[in-house]
Amino acid sequence: MNIKKIVQHDEKSIYGVGFLSLSGFVVWDIDAKTGHINSRDVITHHQELSMNDLIVTESSVISLDRDGKNIVWISLNQQVLQIASIERHIPDGKGRPHLMEEHAGNIFVLKFKNQISLVNLGSSNVPELIQSLQDHSIVSLGIALPGGDKHALSVIQQVSEDKINVHIFMEEGDKIKVSSELVGSDIQRGFVKKAYLNAYTRNDRSHGFRVLVVAEDSSLSLLQQGEMVWNREDGLASIIEASTAELPLEKEGVSVARVEHSLLEWLKGHWLKLKTALMVASVEEAAAVQALRLKSTDKTKMSRDHNGFRKLLVVLTKTGKLYTLHTGDGRIVWSSFISGFRRSGGKLTMLKLLPWQVPHKHAMHENPVFLVAAKVASEENKFGLLAWVDAYSGMEINSVRLTYFIEQIIPLPLTDGAEQRLHIIIDDHANAHLFPATDESLQIFLEHAQSTYFYMTDKEKGTITGFAVKGPQTASPLSPSDGVLFRSQQLWTIMFPSDTERIVTTATRRVDEVVHTQAKILTNQDVLYKYLNKNTLFVATIAPSGAEAFGETSPEENWLVVYIIDTITGRILYRLKHSGMCGPVHAVFSENWIVYHYFNVRAHRFEYSVIEMYDRNRIDNKNMLQFMLGKDNATATLSSYSHVDLDVKTQSYFFSHSIKALTVTSTARGITGKQILVGSVGDQILALDKRFFDPRRTAEPTQAEKEDGIIPLTDAIPILPQFYLSHAYRVEGLRGIITVPAGLESTSLVFAYGVDLFYTHTAPSRIYDSLTGEFNYALLLITIFALLIAIIISWILSERKELKEKWK
Amino acid sequence: MDKGKGGARRWAIEFSETASSRDVPDPPGFLRSSLDLDEAVSGRQKKDTDTSWKQQKAWEVAQAPFKNLLMMGFMMWMAGNTVHLFSIGITISALWQPISALQSVGKVFEPFQDARTDTLLPKICFICLNIAGLLLGLWKLNSLGLLPTHVSDWVSSLPPAPMAEFSGGGIPFK
Repeated sequence: MNIKKIVQHDEKSIYGVGFLSLSGFVVWDIDAKTGHINSRDVITHHQELSMNDLIVTESSVISLDRDGKNIVWISLNQQVLQIASIERHIPDGKGRPHLMEEHAGNIFVLKFKNQISLVNLGSSNVPELIQSLQDHSIVSLGIALPGGDKHALSVIQQVSEDKINVHIFMEEGDKIKVSSELVGSDIQRGFVKKAYLNAYTRNDRSHGFRVLVVAEDSSLSLLQQGEMVWNREDGLASIIEASTAELPLEKEGVSVARVEHSLLEWLKGHWLKLKTALMVASVEEAAAVQALRLKSTDKTKMSRDHNGFRKLLVVLTKTGKLYTLHTGDGRIVWSSFISGFRRSGGKLTMLKLLPWQVPHKHAMHENPVFLVAAKVASEENKFGLLAWVDAYSGMEINSVRLTYFIEQIIPLPLTDGAEQRLHIIIDDHANAHLFPATDESLQIFLEHAQSTYFYMTDKEKGTITGFAVKGPQTASPLSPSDGVLFRSQQLWTIMFPSDTERIVTTATRRVDEVVHTQAKILTNQDVLYKYLNKNTLFVATIAPSGAEAFGETSPEENWLVVYIIDTITGRILYRLKHSGMCGPVHAVFSENWIVYHYFNVRAHRFEYSVIEMYDRNRIDNKNMLQFMLGKDNATATLSSYSHVDLDVKTQSYFFSHSIKALTVTSTARGITGKQILVGSVGDQILALDKRFFDPRRTAEPTQAEKEDGIIPLTDAIPILPQFYLSHAYRVEGLRGIITVPAGLESTSLVFAYGVDLFYTHTAPSRIYDSLTGEFNYALLLITIFALLIAIIISWILSERKELKEKWK
Repeated sequence: MDKGKGGARRWAIEFSETASSRDVPDPPGFLRSSLDLDEAVSGRQKKDTDTSWKQQKAWEVAQAPFKNLLMMGFMMWMAGNTVHLFSIGITISALWQPISALQSVGKVFEPFQDARTDTLLPKICFICLNIAGLLLGLWKLNSLGLLPTHVSDWVSSLPPAPMAEFSGGGIPFK
């Protein structure tokens, strides 16, 4: 016997209601002021009751019997059990009904398989059906109306994808008043998930209602009097993947900006601007000037920028909706569900968003296309889903349901004739499927198939396995929906001893990263060759005791081991053990260096470490004549199977923050220096210059080293307020940061997402390739003018002097 | 009165036997024959001193760059090894002076050009010293690090080498 529901009846008593054995109610009457138990009543029924259905309304305790055929209730004062047959009062309900938790006053809701029915159990002691609603319906919690003891309940009925019917049931004496309004929405929001009711009194003492609706795409809307008063796109708070697309090129003849229509408007605009400059404008005039400025600004145009700053941000959220934001002002250009996914049934999980087609040659006619991968899981097994979405309009071009589950999607560095990027999808049997499954892409891939490898990391088992792609299945036909099947062969396995090491983080270089030079030149004209092997993997493992709980182990039981592994041959290129360190470990891998962040248990501080790899094999290339004549082999193709001789430099520094995200800026040509972008635990973004993470730092650098830009070594990385990229803002609930190269070499675009979204530019080496807005044109003009005058004056003077000399 | 040769002497009066001097009788004690003899001798002597003097002058001009060389060397040593305005200016002037001097070799040796004087050797000496000056300037340029004489200058423009194999992958989706 336990109390299931507690309700405050009035100021004097609290009722606690529960089940007694299988077929009885027990009602405890507790005094509200003193807590004494006034009475305990037990009422039994001759049949078993349904344990899951119990609600306590204003005046009665209602439950159903075990088979769901009858409503059983007792009224709180009288303790008399009453039964009513469901079928008699609600004839068209199918299936076994359940009592819903939501109730208001004496109204309660029964949920059938095909409908929901609202029943009023008033003073007449006979349940009467108010209304039955088909379709997908959501019931809001009941509320008490202000200024009275009347109650109301609302039900949102989804009539179609974009129309909902709002029904409000209000107690009016003994009767129930029903009002319904139909509300439409122009954007697909999916089904309604939750509804909340709110009431207000109008001037004429009648009640008005507002309903706050949470839809399937996590957006909030307020519905009042038949229309949507406001809505918030809170689906953007659950972004899992983000990518960018270029805006369309500006078409000739089509003006993307609005031209001023008449001379009068132009004059008026300038007059207002002059007035604001002289500070004599009124408030409305200042607002008008601001509106004019916003209209004529270039930031929000829907065409490509010369500097590559205007882009489209395509984001995939957990709810399955794709949004596209314009980087100029952050507005939503389009947002849509992927209808192919929603039709598939089962539990849907979004996995990845990848750029599929980026048109360069036919940029005027073709739009970029994105590939979205998802997983649909039913009870027995799971399948993968793929959809292709046009980035400019949001239309779904195609969607397929695969016959296997997607374990990984690997974009290849190959594109076919239509500029679609080839991808291989690895399924759970380690087979590779090639997409797009056309003859042309098959031809292109077969040329490179023998040098295509992939690896799988299993965190639970602690293994990394490398596979090579074998030839295609000759017998199977090209099935466009499943891709071309390629078998794979296991080449190598690295097993980490699970009693001492547990994999915690892996990191690889970005696929689209551009490195400018392969040599690093020191001030004494010495050359260090970077080890630029694209197929390296960084793995960080920690001691199992450190993996489980923080703070329960001593520094002797904690260690962090990092490996650098070549993923083609499985060779461990470098291994380093830090004792007394534990996770969580964040790592970023770029060019030939890795920066990783972990916790030092012994010193009880966070730490950063940097590893830089240099290739000693190529130091033989010291013959200058060869270089001058172009006969060097420094740009010959490298292979992972050749002899490896690494020169690895490492260093560690303390850091004061815990971090949430770690990434590095990226630029179009890789010439600019890099900044490490850190999402701190205080939800702010820090931009730390890479020069702080230079393993050649020493406490007292020589003159040559200082010229190189080496900062003197200190034990901690300093955090100056100027390093905060997010200025005074906090990106609430920061989860991830992505960086995108802009068209200008000096700038990188940064987008951070979490509950809030944040977008900015950063220039790690300051803007060296364009004149910024702060350039002092006035000073330049004044200087030129002054110099011209000085030239003229001195010319005249010198002529006069010469003449005087000649006359002497 | 004829003007002197090469314009070195503007006013030069050549005393030679003219018709007018026959009419006037010679002063007592004046012997005409000895005068002719003396004149011829002094003229030749003058010519000899002229040529040797010219030769000397030519050699002096040929050796003038040597002093310039020493001065330039000293100033370059003062300028130091760093790339500053002063050091760049000195280096450029050290390179420009020999070049302009080499271009104007003919003009410099023109006043000494004579059938008698041999200007070839001084010219060669002049040219050699100027080339030495040029080499000094180039060496200074090299020590400033502006000449591509190290491997690093040629290798810094090389793009990264492509990889023969491609591999992808990571942590699989669950």
